[in-house]
Amino acid sequence: MSELSVNHLLGIKYLNQKDIQLIFETADHFKEVINRPIKKVPSLRDITIANLFFENSTRTKLSFELAEKRLSADVINFSSGQSSVKKGETLIDTVNNILSMKVDMVVMRHPNPGAGVFLSKHVNASIVNAGDGAHEHPTQALLDSYSIREKLGEVNGKKVVIVGDILHSRVALSNIFALQLQGAEVMVCGPKTLIPKYIDKLGVKVETNLRKALNWCDVANMLRVQNERMDISYFPSTREYTQQFGVSKDLLDSLDKEITVMHPGPINRGVEITSDVADSQQSIILDQVENGVAVRMAVIYLLASKIKQ
Amino acid sequence: MSQKVLLNEKEVNIILHRLACQLIEKHNDFSNTVLIGLQPRGVFLADRLAKILSEDYQVKDIQLGQLDITFFRDDFRRGEKPLEANSTKINFLVEDKNIVFIDDVLYTGRSIRAALTAIQSFGRPNEIELLTLIDRRFSRHLPIQPDYRGRQVDVINNEKVKVNWKEHDDADADSVYLIEK
Repeated sequence: MSELSVNHLLGIKYLNQKDIQLIFETADHFKEVINRPIKKVPSLRDITIANLFFENSTRTKLSFELAEKRLSADVINFSSGQSSVKKGETLIDTVNNILSMKVDMVVMRHPNPGAGVFLSKHVNASIVNAGDGAHEHPTQALLDSYSIREKLGEVNGKKVVIVGDILHSRVALSNIFALQLQGAEVMVCGPKTLIPKYIDKLGVKVETNLRKALNWCDVANMLRVQNERMDISYFPSTREYTQQFGVSKDLLDSLDKEITVMHPGPINRGVEITSDVADSQQSIILDQVENGVAVRMAVIYLLASKIKQ
Repeated sequence: MSQKVLLNEKEVNIILHRLACQLIEKHNDFSNTVLIGLQPRGVFLADRLAKILSEDYQVKDIQLGQLDITFFRDDFRRGEKPLEANSTKINFLVEDKNIVFIDDVLYTGRSIRAALTAIQSFGRPNEIELLTLIDRRFSRHLPIQPDYRGRQVDVINNEKVKVNWKEHDDADADSVYLIEK
């Protein structure tokens, strides 16, 4: 087995094709492990991991924590809400204090883009970016690609449309990098106000008509409307958004082919997709959640193997 | 790099049949026994033994699995090279079963220790035995010995035992070599 080319997972743009291949092959083995009666392996019993969440998260945090525990790592959790960050402590001071407790790896979510890159230059630990502002969310993109590979056999040559709030989405950017690296064609679709101006410079197609986008694609990755990141109104009303960019069962049935539907969660049921789509055979949303643990185990395992004894 | 033949094809064949007969003596119809080849190279020996048992000795419905021990090894982050994982295929229950671990060469015993831990993830077997084609004497780090052994050999530390299978190693015939590292 080769090794990852990086010591940190800061974003998909720092990875190469071989890294993604290695992560997926390792995740295949961990997927088998997490389907055993006893889902735990002792590989990381001498590693301590700090999960630093400076921004709210449910599934990513749980998924990382479960992945770490299934690898037998010691885990400490930190949420900024109840911490000295509120008292004015800097990020580096906070992290250095935690690292003084002999922590080997930091999984960090932070509201500011580039926080992971910044930290990796100032502290001596392996950093995993669990989402930095509207920049990147690499493990989500990896598990999305892994789920596409599992469902459709391969990512290369597939057509994927990312629908919704592209402007505020770190999932969209990481997915664009990951999918293109694996040879997929990517389209973004959403209200013009939620599509960044220069997105086509990344080599993606842009479409504002959902039906056209769905007719083109093999996979539709629906994004959540991130109301919490919107300081102004980007579309007239939720109802109007749903009418133009929401996916319903009727819409899917009216296409002349079957497409795969994904969503990184949490779903606003009835806004991005209707309940009957979320729970349909075409949806792989729950597979994404299961694969998330296997992919995160793979990332942590491969990064940990590079930490010097 | 010099190499010396420890076993030729005829000797390997005789030993495999003897090991198969010893398994039958102990396990009879194999109704409650499962054979588990240890990845990466024990699986070739396990395949061969299962074939001999079913074709030459008409043992029916042999349950054969493959176990990878990579994530249970005690040298993670200690070696020069990254550890390479292999597939695990155990499509049956091991609860209350008599398990025979099968590996080609028994050296330090650390792989077997890892396998003993790994198999617990699949249930609690009734008993576990160990079968190896080659037992490297005087080189054990742990108190582990085979229940069935093909050949016991004395090998010094800078030498390696390599088992070649004609169907997997692009070799003309089955053979066991002693290679100077």
